[in-house]
Amino acid sequence: MKKTELPRWATGFVLPILNLMSALLVAALVIHLLGESPSASLRILVDSAILDPEGLAYTLFYASTFIFAGLAVSIAMQAGLFNIGAEGQMYVGGLGLTWAVLALDAHLPGWLMIPIAMTGAAAFGALWAFIPGYLQAKRGSHVVVTTIMFNFIAASLMNFVIVKYLIPEGQQNPASRVFADSAALPLLNKILPVLGDTPLNISFIVAILALVIYGVVVWRSSWGYKLQATGLNAHAAHYAGVKISRTIIVTMLVSGALAGLGAVNSVMGSTHYLSLNFPAGAGFVGIAIALMGRQHPVGIFLSSVLFGALIQGGFDLSLEKPNIPQETFIFIQGLIILFCGAMENFYAPAILKLINLTRPNKGA
Amino acid sequence: MQSAVEFRNISKAFGAVQANADVSFPIAKGSIHGVIGENGAGKSTLMSILYGYYNADSGQVLVDGQPRSIRTSHEAIALGIGMVHQHFMLVENMTVLDNVMLGNEGGVKLAAKRGAVEATLREICDRYRLDVDPLATVHDLSVGAQQRVEILKQIYRSANILILDEPTAVLTAQETASLFEILRLFKEQGKTIILITHKLQEIMEITDEVTVMRAGRVVGAVKTAETSREQLAGMMVGRPLQSELPRAPFNPGADVLKVSNLQLKDANGVALLSDIGFTLRAGEIVAIAGVSGNGQSELLEILSGMRLPTSGRVEFLGRELPYGGRANADGLPATFRALGIGHVPEDRLRDGVIKDFSVMQNTVFGYQDDVKNRWGLFDYKKIAQRCAHLMTAFDVRPNNPDLRIGLLSGGNQQKVVIAREVAAQPKLMLVGQPTRGVDIGTIESIHTQLLRLRDEGVAILLSSVELEEVRALADRIIVMCGGRIAGILPIDEFDTTRIGLLMGGMHNSPARHRA
Repeated sequence: MKKTELPRWATGFVLPILNLMSALLVAALVIHLLGESPSASLRILVDSAILDPEGLAYTLFYASTFIFAGLAVSIAMQAGLFNIGAEGQMYVGGLGLTWAVLALDAHLPGWLMIPIAMTGAAAFGALWAFIPGYLQAKRGSHVVVTTIMFNFIAASLMNFVIVKYLIPEGQQNPASRVFADSAALPLLNKILPVLGDTPLNISFIVAILALVIYGVVVWRSSWGYKLQATGLNAHAAHYAGVKISRTIIVTMLVSGALAGLGAVNSVMGSTHYLSLNFPAGAGFVGIAIALMGRQHPVGIFLSSVLFGALIQGGFDLSLEKPNIPQETFIFIQGLIILFCGAMENFYAPAILKLINLTRPNKGA
Repeated sequence: MQSAVEFRNISKAFGAVQANADVSFPIAKGSIHGVIGENGAGKSTLMSILYGYYNADSGQVLVDGQPRSIRTSHEAIALGIGMVHQHFMLVENMTVLDNVMLGNEGGVKLAAKRGAVEATLREICDRYRLDVDPLATVHDLSVGAQQRVEILKQIYRSANILILDEPTAVLTAQETASLFEILRLFKEQGKTIILITHKLQEIMEITDEVTVMRAGRVVGAVKTAETSREQLAGMMVGRPLQSELPRAPFNPGADVLKVSNLQLKDANGVALLSDIGFTLRAGEIVAIAGVSGNGQSELLEILSGMRLPTSGRVEFLGRELPYGGRANADGLPATFRALGIGHVPEDRLRDGVIKDFSVMQNTVFGYQDDVKNRWGLFDYKKIAQRCAHLMTAFDVRPNNPDLRIGLLSGGNQQKVVIAREVAAQPKLMLVGQPTRGVDIGTIESIHTQLLRLRDEGVAILLSSVELEEVRALADRIIVMCGGRIAGILPIDEFDTTRIGLLMGGMHNSPARHRA
């Protein structure tokens, strides 16, 4: 029998690697055209983002945010929803946690303050995703369109709230006041001094926990089963008694909450205040991560680390190689989205042919 | 007489299903040739081969006496073959003129060509009395006029052989009459028409010759003038099954399902079901016979909770089914399932399974909330045991629970669905097209399972377009036509001709026959 589809090791492993290699190859070509050596650049990238402990800490710090963004996009994808709005949901999630912190940080100890702030972030992120979810479920407004619009609304809303209400008197910087120490996330360098003066914090551990819970919920629970059924075939899900509109709304709530939690890492772990446009595109990176990681916890983790490494390494690269601008990261990110998202199955026919060639011919 | 098209030993299989087997017949030039048969008889497959959508596994197609290999529809069009599909291939927000030119623009500059094409179209419309304004927008046209646009398109592309696939399915009686006028004009101009239909009256009215197909084979070829509706109906549905499967004596129990005065209208107010009323008892199989699209699907969807009726009353085990007070049927199938209604849906891949789930995952589909522990998590060990048991009991092949169900044959997918629904021990089992797309070897095993279920006292309502299947399984037969019950008869009054006439919308009284 001739195989007509790829085995799982090929779709889950070989294809992403080939796609990633293609993206990096194009990036190398561009770096070469910029007059720098691709191999030297790669060495700097790997050295500063992975091999150096402090660099690795920064990589994982960025990755923590990305894991949440990737999870937010992934869980929606499981239900067949393309949530483009993780950026806006993360942004509004930041408002939720800031609100909680500004109100309570003078009164509460850290062990109480931090969970409450996290809940605030999740709740506000969920709320921001609820409206697109509701409109999709009840009115058929496409969630792609509404979540994109809600990103813009979030940007304007946050601009308004920060400038109008959050700037402390006498300050110019469009940002909230600095949080009290009780709202600062414990840093991992307390336990691992080798990490140096880096902002890697317990968000990373929470993110790993979220990955595990996501895996269990999607593949082991009845709710995850219904979620996947809805995403794969809504007709059949209806036949199976799944309440489609409720599933859509709840999924968007969870997705938004995960995106909202993504705000915790940078706001409470690094800057310690709410600033304008703090997600800086992390929500959009989540889309690339979900696509590249194929909505699988391990895939999401690896791609988050990759994107974290690209930011960290790209930053150092631009310092050492003046010909390579810092925007190279965005460029490489775009290439990865192109190859892993839009051209996901580009190599599939070739691999299939190769597998069929190497297999001994059994039967007809 | 020379033949416009001749099929020679055409065979075509889809997986294990033989859609066409050794089909041979000629179609005379300048004639109207009818091809009739039940759903799934292989008519559409044959026409798709002629029109280049499919390639035959073996056999030859001759066009104007020359053997041709038609690999794409472009090649078919180049040979003068045109096809009017049952579902129109028109861009609704473009004009008739633009629709005709689509794919035939002939260069970058449209304006010059437009004028010339428009003149040609007006000339064609006059010649064939098509009565279509080339500058009208398609979505403003009636269904009948849209069909004429399709015909216009084919004539413009100089089709000499016109295939019409169930052309009257969407037409009113008057539109049908005017379509037939056009077809006669066509014939006068020496063109050949192939008419695919299951309506006997139309065959009698307009065709010169008829080919009857059943189960992929040609079972009859006659001149229309020398045949009768009764003879055609007999050929179309075939003789009853040779072997009878064992079944307990008919001994129905208490009423399980009581449907009264059920109505369903679509969003535009068109009646899909009217005045449906019947009773179903425990230990009884009631089979709904009818050409597909006459309300059977909608009826089963309502009874399984997938769709809300517009009005009417359905009692299940003496209690009224909870249709009232809801805006939509979201989640209702779960309620019905919990009450004891099993459902094997007619479109397995659309409704019955998730193609990308494993066989094991599919064995809990619809029952996903019954196999979770108190944390809401699946007990995969228990599910695997259950799945292994079902796969053995229902002989699902290959016996591999981790295979994606989409990779199984249609028959084995159906076995999984039936196994799952039987395992829930329903009081009422709804089965749509139990053996559609199922390989012949599996049909008997599915029939045996359904009969066993009946003997165990389950009430079964099934719908089938295969009269042989109805004959093999039913205790009573409901014939549906146009969303109404055309007749209910016990199995010992089974008569293919009578059922065929009821299915075709012809009533029993001879007074209403048209000669």
